[in-house]
Amino acid sequence: MLSRKVVPFLYIAPCLLLMGIFVYYPILENFRFSFYEFSAFSPDKVFVGFENFLTLFKDEVFYIALKNNIWYAVISIIFQVFGGLVLAAILEDPITRLASSFFRTVFFLPVVISITVIALLFSFIYNPDIGLLNSLLAILGLEEWTRAWLGQSETAIFAVIAVSQWQSIGYIMMLFIIAIQAIPKELYEAADIDGAGKIRKFIYVTVPQVKEMLFVASLITLTGAFTVFNEPYILTGGGPGNASEVLGTLLYNSAFFKDQMGYASAIATVILILTLLVSLVQMKLFKTGKDG
Amino acid sequence: MKKPVRYKSAVKGIPLFSILIFYFVIIAYPLFWMVINSFKTTEEIFANSWALPQSWLVSNYAHAWETGISGYFLNSTIVTITTCFLTVFLSALGAYGLTRFEFKGKNALLIICMAGMMLSPQVSLVPLYKLIQALGIHDTYLALILPYVAYRIPITLLLIRAAFLDVPKELEESAYLDGCNTWRIFTKIFIPLNLPIILTGVVLTAYFTWNEFMFALIFVDSDALKTIPAGLMQFRDALQTNWGVLLAGLMISAAPIIILFLFMQKYFIRGLAAGSVKG
Repeated sequence: MLSRKVVPFLYIAPCLLLMGIFVYYPILENFRFSFYEFSAFSPDKVFVGFENFLTLFKDEVFYIALKNNIWYAVISIIFQVFGGLVLAAILEDPITRLASSFFRTVFFLPVVISITVIALLFSFIYNPDIGLLNSLLAILGLEEWTRAWLGQSETAIFAVIAVSQWQSIGYIMMLFIIAIQAIPKELYEAADIDGAGKIRKFIYVTVPQVKEMLFVASLITLTGAFTVFNEPYILTGGGPGNASEVLGTLLYNSAFFKDQMGYASAIATVILILTLLVSLVQMKLFKTGKDG
Repeated sequence: MKKPVRYKSAVKGIPLFSILIFYFVIIAYPLFWMVINSFKTTEEIFANSWALPQSWLVSNYAHAWETGISGYFLNSTIVTITTCFLTVFLSALGAYGLTRFEFKGKNALLIICMAGMMLSPQVSLVPLYKLIQALGIHDTYLALILPYVAYRIPITLLLIRAAFLDVPKELEESAYLDGCNTWRIFTKIFIPLNLPIILTGVVLTAYFTWNEFMFALIFVDSDALKTIPAGLMQFRDALQTNWGVLLAGLMISAAPIIILFLFMQKYFIRGLAAGSVKG
C-alpha cells in the first residue's frame, strides 16, 4: 500500500511534468534567450546583455507592429466586447426569444471554423478584381471606394482586423449570453414596474450585472489583440512593406526567416510583459480577478 | 384585445430584428458564398460569383481530396484524437489528485495550473522550437501532440476539477469500506459519474487541436505530416488559380468541426462558460 503522502502526487505528476517541460520551462528559457544572440542551427550562444532590446526599441518596424496591435485592441474592444454585449442582450430579449437559438448558432459558427479557412476565404472576398467586397461596393454605386484592400498599406491592417472581428464576435457574444442568463428575472421585472425602456434596462440592469463577464471578455480580447498572429500572417504576411506587421509576425519573421533567435526572444518577452500589464491594469480597473 | 398587443410588440421588435438580420447577412453570406462557389469552375466564379452554380461540380471535392486534403485530414485526425485522449485522461488524473487528497502545496499546484492558462504560446515559441529539436521530435506528430496536451491541460484540469469537487464524499467512503483503492475509485466512480464534463473537455480540446495553426506551421516541416491548418497554406500555393477546388478544400477542412459543434453545442457552451469564469 502506497503512503497517502505519495499517492496524490502520482496522480498529478504527469500533468505537472508536461506543463513544466512544455509550458513553464520554455517561458523561463525565453527570458534567458532574450539576452543572447544565436541561430536555430548552432549550439553556440553569444551573451549580448540588453542589446536585443536596444535594437528592438530602435527598430521602426517594432513601432509599426506595436501601433497595429494597439489598433487591434481598440477596434476589438469596440466591436467584440461592446458589439458582443449588445448582440447578446438582443438575443436574450423576450421579443427575439423564438428566433434567438437560430441566430445564436449562426453567429457562433465562424468561431468554430479554423482561422486558416477563414483567412483564405477572406483573401477571396478582398480580391481586388472579383472579390465580394469590391463587387458589393460597385453594386451600391460606390466604385470610388473599391481598392486592393490587402495590397495597400493604408487599408491592409484594417482589412485584417475586420476578419478577426467577423470571426470572434460570436465567441464574446456567447460569453455574455451565459452571463445574462444568470441575471435574476426580478431585476428586469422591477425595472418594468419603474417604467424603464429597453435601453435603460440595458444600461442600468444588464451592464452592471454582467460586470464580471465584461472583465473576462475584455481580458480575453485585449490579450488576444497583443498576441495575434494567424490572421496577419495568412492574409498579408505583415505586408505590404511592413504595413500590417504585428508583434506576432515580427517575432515569427525574426526567428524563422532571419534566424535571429535571440532577437525573436526579446520580442516574445515584450509580448509577455504587455499581456501581463494588460491583465494587471484590468484587474485594478475592475477590482476583481480573485473571484473573477 | 389580444391582437393589438401582439401587433404592438411586433412593431417594438422591428429595430432589434433589423440588427439581427443585418448581422446575419454579414456572417452568413461569406459562408454561403464559400459553399456555392466550391461547386463552380474557376471561370464561372470569375464570371459570376454571386449566382448559384449552373451545374453543381461535386468533382471539385474529389479533386481537393486527392490533391492533398486527404493526407492533411488523416494527420489532423491522428493528432486530434491522440491529443484529446491524453489531455482529458491526464487532466482527469490531475484533477482527482487535486480534489480528493489533502496535502501540502495543494494550492500552489492549483495556481500553477491556473497561471498556465494565461500564458500565450507565442511567448515560448523560440525555446519550444529549440526544445523540440533537442528532443529529436521535430517534424513528427509528437512535436504537435506534446505541446498541445501541455497547453490544454490547465483549462481541462480546472474544468474537470470543478465537477469532481461536487462528487459526494459518502460515495468515496463507502467504496473505501468495500475495499476499493484510489485507482478503482477514480476509474469506477469519478470517471463514469462525470462523463458529461469529460465530453466537454474532449470537445474543447478537439476544437483547439483541429484548428491550431502556429505550432502546426513551425514544428512540422514535411508536407506528409502537416495537419489541415498548415497544410491548407501549401494547398493554396499549389492551386493558386483553381478557386473552385481551393474552396472545396476549405469546406472539407471546416466540415468536421462544424458538425461536431452542431451535435455537441451543449458541451461546447458549457465548456466556454466554465472556462471563462475561471479565466
